Amino acid sequence: MTNSIGEIDNADVMFVIGANPTAAHPVIGYRLKMAAKNGATLIVADPRQIELVDYADVFLRLRPGTNEALLNGMIHVILAEGLADEKFIRERTEGFPEMAAVVKKYTPAYAAEITGVPAADIRRAARLFAGAENASIFYTLGITNHTTGTDGVLSVANLALVTGHVGKPSSGVNPLRGQNNVQGACDMGALPNVFTGYQGVGERGARFKFGRAWGTRLNPRPGLTITEVFDAIYTKEIKFLYIMGENPALTEANLHHVRGALEKVDFLVVQDIFFTETAAYADVVLPAAAFAEKEGTFTNTERRVQMVRKAINPPGEAKPDWVILSALARELRLKWNYATPAEIFQEIARLNPAYAGISYQRLEKEGGLQWPCPDAKHPGTPYLHQDKFVRGKGLFTPVEYQPPAEEPDSDYSLLLTTGRILFHYNTMTRYSGAIEPFKPEEVAQVNPADAGHLGVVEGETVKLSSRRGHIAVRITITDAVPPGVIYVTFHYRESAVNLLTGSALDPVTKTPEFKICAVKMEKLATAGA
Amino acid sequence: MITLTINGHRVEVEAGSTILEAAEKLGIFIPTLCHDPRFTPAGACRMCLVEVERARALMAACSVPVMEGMAVHTDTERVHAARKENLRLLLANHPLDCLTCEKNGDCRLQEYCYRYGIAESDYQGARKEYALDESNPFLIRDLNKCVLCGLCVRVCHEINGAGAIDFTNRGFYTKVAPAFDDALEASSCVFCGMCVDVCPVGALTPKQGLRRGRPWELQKVRTTCPFCGTGCGLELSVKDDRVVGVKGDPASPVSRGQTCVKGRFGLDFLHSPDRLQKPLMRKNGEMVEASWEEALSLIASKMRGLRGREMAGFSSARATNEENYLFQKLFRMLGSNNIDHCARL
Amino acid sequence: MQEKHILICAGTGCISSGSMQVYEALKKELQKQRLESKVRIILSGCHGFCEKGPIFIVYPEDIFYCGVSAEDVPALVTEHLLQGKIVERLLYKDAQTGEGITSHAEIPFYSKQKRLALRNCGVIDPENIDEYIMRGVYQGLERVLRMEPQEIINEVKGSGLRGRGGAGFPTGMKWEFAYHNRQDKKYVVCNADEGDPGAFMDRSVLEGDPHAVLEGIMIAGRAIGSDEAYIYVRAEYPLAIRRLRTAIAQAEAYRVAGENILGSEFNFKINIKEGAGAFVCGEETALLASIEGARGMPRPRPPFPAFKGLWEKPTCINNVETLANVPLIIRKGSAWYTTIGTEGSKGTKIFALTGKVNNTGLCEVPMGITLREIIFDIGGGLQGGKKFKAVQIGGPSGGCIPESLLDLPVDYDSLHSAGAMMGSGGMVVMDEGTCMVDLARYFLAFTQSESCGKCTPCREGTKRMLEILERITQGKGKAEDIPRLERLALAVKDGSLCGLGQTAPNPVLTTLRYFRDEYEAHILEHRCPAGQCSALLTYYIDAELCTGCRACTRVCPAEAITGEKKEPHVIDEEKCISCGNCVERCKFDAIKTK
Ligand SMILES: Cc1cc2nc3c(=O)[nH]c(=O)nc-3n(C[C@H](O)[C@H](O)[C@H](O)COP(=O)(O)O)c2cc1C
Ligand code: SF4
Ligand code: SF4
Repeated sequence: MTNSIGEIDNADVMFVIGANPTAAHPVIGYRLKMAAKNGATLIVADPRQIELVDYADVFLRLRPGTNEALLNGMIHVILAEGLADEKFIRERTEGFPEMAAVVKKYTPAYAAEITGVPAADIRRAARLFAGAENASIFYTLGITNHTTGTDGVLSVANLALVTGHVGKPSSGVNPLRGQNNVQGACDMGALPNVFTGYQGVGERGARFKFGRAWGTRLNPRPGLTITEVFDAIYTKEIKFLYIMGENPALTEANLHHVRGALEKVDFLVVQDIFFTETAAYADVVLPAAAFAEKEGTFTNTERRVQMVRKAINPPGEAKPDWVILSALARELRLKWNYATPAEIFQEIARLNPAYAGISYQRLEKEGGLQWPCPDAKHPGTPYLHQDKFVRGKGLFTPVEYQPPAEEPDSDYSLLLTTGRILFHYNTMTRYSGAIEPFKPEEVAQVNPADAGHLGVVEGETVKLSSRRGHIAVRITITDAVPPGVIYVTFHYRESAVNLLTGSALDPVTKTPEFKICAVKMEKLATAGA
Repeated sequence: MITLTINGHRVEVEAGSTILEAAEKLGIFIPTLCHDPRFTPAGACRMCLVEVERARALMAACSVPVMEGMAVHTDTERVHAARKENLRLLLANHPLDCLTCEKNGDCRLQEYCYRYGIAESDYQGARKEYALDESNPFLIRDLNKCVLCGLCVRVCHEINGAGAIDFTNRGFYTKVAPAFDDALEASSCVFCGMCVDVCPVGALTPKQGLRRGRPWELQKVRTTCPFCGTGCGLELSVKDDRVVGVKGDPASPVSRGQTCVKGRFGLDFLHSPDRLQKPLMRKNGEMVEASWEEALSLIASKMRGLRGREMAGFSSARATNEENYLFQKLFRMLGSNNIDHCARL
Repeated sequence: MQEKHILICAGTGCISSGSMQVYEALKKELQKQRLESKVRIILSGCHGFCEKGPIFIVYPEDIFYCGVSAEDVPALVTEHLLQGKIVERLLYKDAQTGEGITSHAEIPFYSKQKRLALRNCGVIDPENIDEYIMRGVYQGLERVLRMEPQEIINEVKGSGLRGRGGAGFPTGMKWEFAYHNRQDKKYVVCNADEGDPGAFMDRSVLEGDPHAVLEGIMIAGRAIGSDEAYIYVRAEYPLAIRRLRTAIAQAEAYRVAGENILGSEFNFKINIKEGAGAFVCGEETALLASIEGARGMPRPRPPFPAFKGLWEKPTCINNVETLANVPLIIRKGSAWYTTIGTEGSKGTKIFALTGKVNNTGLCEVPMGITLREIIFDIGGGLQGGKKFKAVQIGGPSGGCIPESLLDLPVDYDSLHSAGAMMGSGGMVVMDEGTCMVDLARYFLAFTQSESCGKCTPCREGTKRMLEILERITQGKGKAEDIPRLERLALAVKDGSLCGLGQTAPNPVLTTLRYFRDEYEAHILEHRCPAGQCSALLTYYIDAELCTGCRACTRVCPAEAITGEKKEPHVIDEEKCISCGNCVERCKFDAIKTK
């Protein structure tokens, strides 16, 4: 997030697009709801009637996969009505004319045609957003988990730049990161193309710096992403796979393909706290300690580094991941001698300038610290881009709307979209004695019209199939989803929705299309599944 | 700034502060049951009544703003009489089953009765008689113990926004209930558990730690929630190497004591019997238990036989920063940049 | 024949005793006798004398008929209108002399009154704005449009007007607070919740003179700088609500409300909010919570509504009667207003007089009048010539005042020092047959069931007080109950959050103060001096009347009655549990109590 969660309290306008915070980020959801109750304007763009819609001033119910058209339409209105922040554009951005040229054709009428949102609502949302004293945008997987995910993020940035709603308190672009430490994993360089602190493996300086620190020569070629790794297993380029604390056999898109790869790879190590779907394919499974059984830090969605403290011992012989990795490194004759996570953190702070001023001592004393925190005196940074963007000037990028990789057709006439519910978190909570019995199974949401067509009733179990696979799932009939759309979460192995989703990737981030694919729904009896 | 005196001590506080805040600054004790600085003041329990010179009635310290030259007394006969009367009234309508009550030792009613020497009440008469509500898997509602401080109602309306519970009925029969007096499961309740955290007595009890430890036996560990990217601060209660309770950490700058159902009630996965406890290795197609030495040396031997670009590692958005750092360092030192994690989930 | 105006009271009281039937019959009769063009019928608001309704007045001769029914109409038309003869039997009869009185000014019920707030009630048609304008209504509004807010406030302050809703806070001061608290939005709220059982002064004003209330509201709005008001009326007042809606629509049509009032820049919108009927919703902060859509529960003050009221905006909240006084003060000036009343309490107050007096109904009296004048002159003394015992003033949480204080002048301060209060103006007169302990129990039962349940002293304390009172009236009281009751009553008064709890102990405290011996008699002597508490009566058999039929012995659960067949029986006082079964069974009225 470019802003802090606490800044929500003072928001004038909040624009939530492709995010369902009351389920996925509940505590942030509370803040958004209360801000709306206390008078802030809330604009919600989503195909589904999510809970926040009850608090919204404007609800833009767009067709799944049409975010860019909606955002372009709003920018069009802002430019056409002279609502843009010209001074900001002049002084702090570049690339404006190119972007403006592209949005020209996205008149409200045209955007309405693509998105299904009435043109008047697009105008209203644009005016409210542009006219606000401060305004921030919140988004999550609904923007990024598409083949056009990068475009979506860029469009969001364009909207913020054109109105000058960045670099101020309660004004900015706020992706809500899903898992507890996605932000940290990225910051640490658990990515194919960058070292810790987003320093490119292709950059000589960075390679030199890390090479010296680690006492070794480093590979200059960016590595493969998760999806590419699976492809490379099929082509025998990858022979060994080590999976620490992830469960791709349930959570990745196009599961048949993924599970095939896990089957095929020569040697698979899985390190986890449970015997997951993925562990079933492993050659070696290592028992890991859970968060309460070790020390360390997490970095949350607002870039705040916070302490994780040990409360209990791991069960049996399970060990913290850092202990396991250190032991393995020693087995590999690397000279690793970390006695505590604090030592590891010191090394991180030396190598990652954004973390340079952070230490366990400070975290203990001051609570969390938000990066960038360049030195030991720095108080941390509640919001980014205050006077200037990290790259200098804010860059507009022209974005055209592109239809999703797979759209409903006569064979697969429904659009499937996926997400989370409040009560579960990926798969961990399914081991909770309290939560699991309360929400033990998937309940897919189906619009009454579609249910009527097929003659299925509330609570019935149906067969859902796509070109890639099929699952059986119980349904509930609700207006929360528009006609033609069916919504399923990804928490349940019994109805693993990713057996249905495709593996088309975003060309830049290689993110699969999790959010949308074409499916058909059949009665279980007639389908005979 | 406003200057006033409390029990004769001068104190300077910001305009708009309450008498209670001024007293806190002086370290002067004022009891409260219904006060929480995060919510709008209710002035309901009347435990915080103090005497203000020249004011006709006693004043609720939690909600009355300070005024220049105010002279407050917190320890007079009249103040004590009012507090004791309130305790007598509450106790006359409260079960005296402290021996088995989960709140024993952490109960504000108990604490104040102790402090003011109220062992029992001299009022006889009707008592609340509500059935215990145990129907949901997360918490137990025992309205017989409720002192109607309204903290749960306020946390639900003012913090969560769910507005699932409110006062119903009037007079002696007033109680807190979900709409239409339905079960919580049937209401708009999202089981964030924040009501449990604010209950000053034993009316709301989490099921998770039932009979697993007395408050004074519990060790408290502050940490960060492992579930979503919000990163709420949690306070774990530990006894006998078990997490027996979870609360939101009010000191957390992120969450200010707030939680959702996952952080509040979902951590019992830690003690799931399904947890992995020993390394496993595939031998003849079977997964069998192995020693750490065996497992690590097998992995190391496989890795040593490969070039960097032939191996890949998926790190974890659930592991700590330190572990993610080591993971990528390990692979990169072996010449592999094939490192990724489910950033997109 | 000279043109006549006939006023028929269409207040809620008269309607329920049949005034609309009288109206229909009159219309028909006039048609029959071809007099429609000669006679104008006016349906007026309440005259206050509901006890004697329906009321029927003929102008210009000002003849006051009461207790008129539809069957009386032909006689009234033929005799009075055509023949000019007064229909004696329908005149008000003087309580002492039994003589008929023709003019309502001479009826003692009216002669001691001073009708300011009720000035138009019963005089003009509340649904016809033209009549109002003829009577000068909205002249006050016209005047304030030419005044500075501070001038208006000074005028109201100067008048000494104090809130008629109960607490008696100086109205001008309240306005000044709201005025000085500069904010973009402010509200005026008219408190028309009137929840005291038996009170109907605000209802009468709303039904009989809605435009005066609207005018008062707008003057307040103009003074504090507000452009919007809410009138919070209890839903049980459908007629008042209808008349208010009609009046608002008419006022807007005449440009005396709405946009650009009387051609000025002043805009004012008046909304009506129907209350759900809880007594505590009359408390100002609970009322605001209720308008906001929350449960009607009081909030701590400070902050007072004038600083943070409706939706956190500065809000001036006033009672109906308070606001109805305002236009008069503006029109006639504060100097005139201060000539009425006492030093600390100016103007008049409307009381709802009920209980054991001959004339019950609404009366508006100048402040400073004595209780004796109200009860004996206006109220016409006690029914059946019984002896006066006490009067409960100020509604269920008012106080009970004994005979020794009958010459107390009625104003805020003397009532308060006597332990009672003005309240909204309820006045219940009790004779010697009323048990004071039971009376306190009765009022406590009301306040306990209406307590919102928020604060400990009120919710729990009134319940325990009620339980103690119940025990005493059932003969189960203990000596320590009196000090305990007193301690608790003071704690509830001192510690409760809102006015309901703070005043709920008043009936207990005043009866303890003035009638302590009755409590003691109940507890120590097991006796109810008023003979009202059935559990405390001593039953005995009058030997003269007893036939020895033995019917009573069969129904006595305590086997307390003995005696030979056909001989007078006796009741063993020790065994008797005072159930009263025997009394009902005895065919010879031989069983008595003492
Ligand atoms: C329990 C309770 C009930 C009340 N009910 C009424 C009511 O019915 N009507 C009213 O005008 N004021 C009522 N009040 C008084 C109001 O709180 C408030 O003082 C009044 O509306 C202010 O208007 P005034 O200054 O014009 O009297 C009540 C107060 C309490 C404590
Ligand atoms: S308590 Fe809920 S909202 Fe907070 S971090 Fe945990 S999962 Fe996220
Ligand atoms: S005094 Fe009674 S009515 Fe008033 S807030 Fe307290 S409980 Fe509610």
